[in-house]
Amino acid sequence: MPTTSYLYLAVAVFALGLFGVLVRRNVFFVLMSIELMLNAANLVFVVFAKSHNDLNGHVLAFFVMAIAASEACVGLAIVILFFKKWASTDISDAVEMKQ
Amino acid sequence: MQATMIESLLWIIPVAPLAGALIIGTLCALSPKRGAFPARPVVYVLACVGPIVSFVASCGVFLALRSSAEGVALHQTLFPWINAGGVHIAFGLEADRLVGMMLMFITFVGSLIHIYSCGYMGHDKGYARFFSYLNLFLASMLVLVMGSNLVVMFLGWEGVGLCSYLLIGFWFEDESKAIAGKKAFITNRIGDFGFVLGIFLIFKTLAAHGVVSLEFSDLARNAELLAPIATVAGLLLFLGAAGKSAQIPLYVWLPDAMAGPTPVSALIHAATMVTAGVFMVARMHFLYELAPLAGQVIAGVGIATALLAAIIGIGQNDIKKVLAYSTVSQLGYMFVGVGVGAYASGMFHVFTHAFFKACLFLCAGSVIHALHEEQDIRNMGGLLKKLPVTGWTFIVAWLAICGIPPFAGFFSKDAILASAFGAWGMYGKVLWVAGLCGAGLTAFYMSRLAFLTFFGANRTQEHMRAKIHESPISMTLPLVVLATGSALVGLLGIPHVLGGSDLFARWLEPVFGEPHGEGEPAVVEYALMAASVAVALVGMSIAYVKYIRKPYVSAEPKGFGVALLNALYVDELYRRILLGPIAAGSRVVLHGIVDVKIIDGTVNGLATLARQAGRAIRLLQTGSVRTGLYWIGAGLSVLLLVIYGGSR
Repeated sequence: MPTTSYLYLAVAVFALGLFGVLVRRNVFFVLMSIELMLNAANLVFVVFAKSHNDLNGHVLAFFVMAIAASEACVGLAIVILFFKKWASTDISDAVEMKQ
Repeated sequence: MQATMIESLLWIIPVAPLAGALIIGTLCALSPKRGAFPARPVVYVLACVGPIVSFVASCGVFLALRSSAEGVALHQTLFPWINAGGVHIAFGLEADRLVGMMLMFITFVGSLIHIYSCGYMGHDKGYARFFSYLNLFLASMLVLVMGSNLVVMFLGWEGVGLCSYLLIGFWFEDESKAIAGKKAFITNRIGDFGFVLGIFLIFKTLAAHGVVSLEFSDLARNAELLAPIATVAGLLLFLGAAGKSAQIPLYVWLPDAMAGPTPVSALIHAATMVTAGVFMVARMHFLYELAPLAGQVIAGVGIATALLAAIIGIGQNDIKKVLAYSTVSQLGYMFVGVGVGAYASGMFHVFTHAFFKACLFLCAGSVIHALHEEQDIRNMGGLLKKLPVTGWTFIVAWLAICGIPPFAGFFSKDAILASAFGAWGMYGKVLWVAGLCGAGLTAFYMSRLAFLTFFGANRTQEHMRAKIHESPISMTLPLVVLATGSALVGLLGIPHVLGGSDLFARWLEPVFGEPHGEGEPAVVEYALMAASVAVALVGMSIAYVKYIRKPYVSAEPKGFGVALLNALYVDELYRRILLGPIAAGSRVVLHGIVDVKIIDGTVNGLATLARQAGRAIRLLQTGSVRTGLYWIGAGLSVLLLVIYGGSR
């Protein structure tokens, strides 16, 4: 299959992830959207590794997965602290400025 | 006397009163509280020492000039003053025979008036400030007269204008007096504008020929170079003289200047400052000789002023205002003199006028003092018995100003009228006739003043009558000296026709050159003299009939009298056509548009701009996470576009 289709897919997934980060109000959904973006990037790496027959791409994909996992942990820890401060999972509640 | 020794001491003449002014002024400033000035006797001595020292020095100068060769002038350069590019103007003092003559009467009359002021200003709480200003005035006048170039003269010119303002508005708590001072200064400045333009024109013209100097000696030597611009420069300089010497159209400040203390009126507005204009024209005679048209204009303005002021003077009831208009009128005569080229005659009238006008003013001051600040002549009368010294000295000065021989005014006024008669054909005759009418009017209104003040029934207020007494000797002594002068100084100028040798004109001959051949036969001269005396006697008789023969009933003026009292509404005319539109234009255009809309608008606009910008930028700070994420996204996109966008 032509590599461009996979790239379109990756772009689409990345866009969905970006959209989700910017639009969703729930912190969990923001984290999930971030994961989506990471996975889209991963897909791009793998596709190019396959088409160029370069192992580096695969290796980098593994790195990204590992880092995504640790980042997810840290992210969830931040969510816990966020909930402690704001008593809510809605990011639009996190405003200290008086309206 | 060694001329060179005197030369090195020329600086004493202006510096002596200047030092007095500075010392008294400093003492005033240092006194712990406002009222506690140094003791009166101390101030009196300090104030009078300066002028008297100047007088002694002036005598020295005069004697040195007398014993020197005829055309010699004493010169002293004090310090290099202006050095700008190729222009070097030194602060120099010069005394030729004209200046020497001026110095004599300025310092003499000045000293007398300082002594008089010790008595007159004794009760005033600001007496120290008064003497400081008066000394400063004298110093400025001496700088004006002795300046060796036009710039130093202009410095003195401005200085006397400043001191005039300070002294007219001396009692500044009274707003009308302060306004009078302001009016004098501003009117003067308008004239000074012309003066400065004249100086610039002369300088430019000479510099184009390589003569970069404004020294009078250099100007006189290179006079031919000034020929093309002589008329314009002459008229511009005359504009300055018109302001300083109260000629049409800038005379309006002088009657208002009577708001100042009487010694001020005597010194500044009779004997010295107002003669500066005439002096300037005489000093620049070499310029005016090249511009007969300018001379004709000057003579015309002079005679018009003389007549106008005389007419207004008839209808005035304030003793000082009558004298003020009389001064304006006599100044007109002086300008007729220098306008027709009879510089010596014009200066002679300056000289005699200083004596009798100062005497008249000081007598008026004595009367005002005795009547406790009463100045309306309708409330005077019969004062000759109560104030004998004042009265008799006034009479001498009155006869002098009317032109009755052998008193001083006759010789000087007659010299001017004779010169006018012989000048420029028909125009000269017209000048003479007008001058004669003016002399008649002068005799009339001065006699009116004399009769209503000193003769007739006593119309003063009842409660004051018993207390009217003669003034102290500090005031009466100067009166006697000045009256003696008014009687005798005329003898210095007895014309050849009457067998005299006209010492005055001969003294000034090295400066002005031989008098132009008049060519009037002796018979004509006698006729002219007889006409002057006759006209004066007619004026005096009419006044006598009107004010002595019929008992005087002071009534409110009606009809034309009202117009005269209001000085023919000239001030109102100026206000309507000049001051009003200028003030309105200022208010509407300069204030309303330029100041409020443009300048304030710009400044306020900048502030508003800052505020609006801040308000807009503030909206970026939402405090919400999401907005931050939006901006991260946007920034990232832009960055990527920039980096990778061009690589296609």
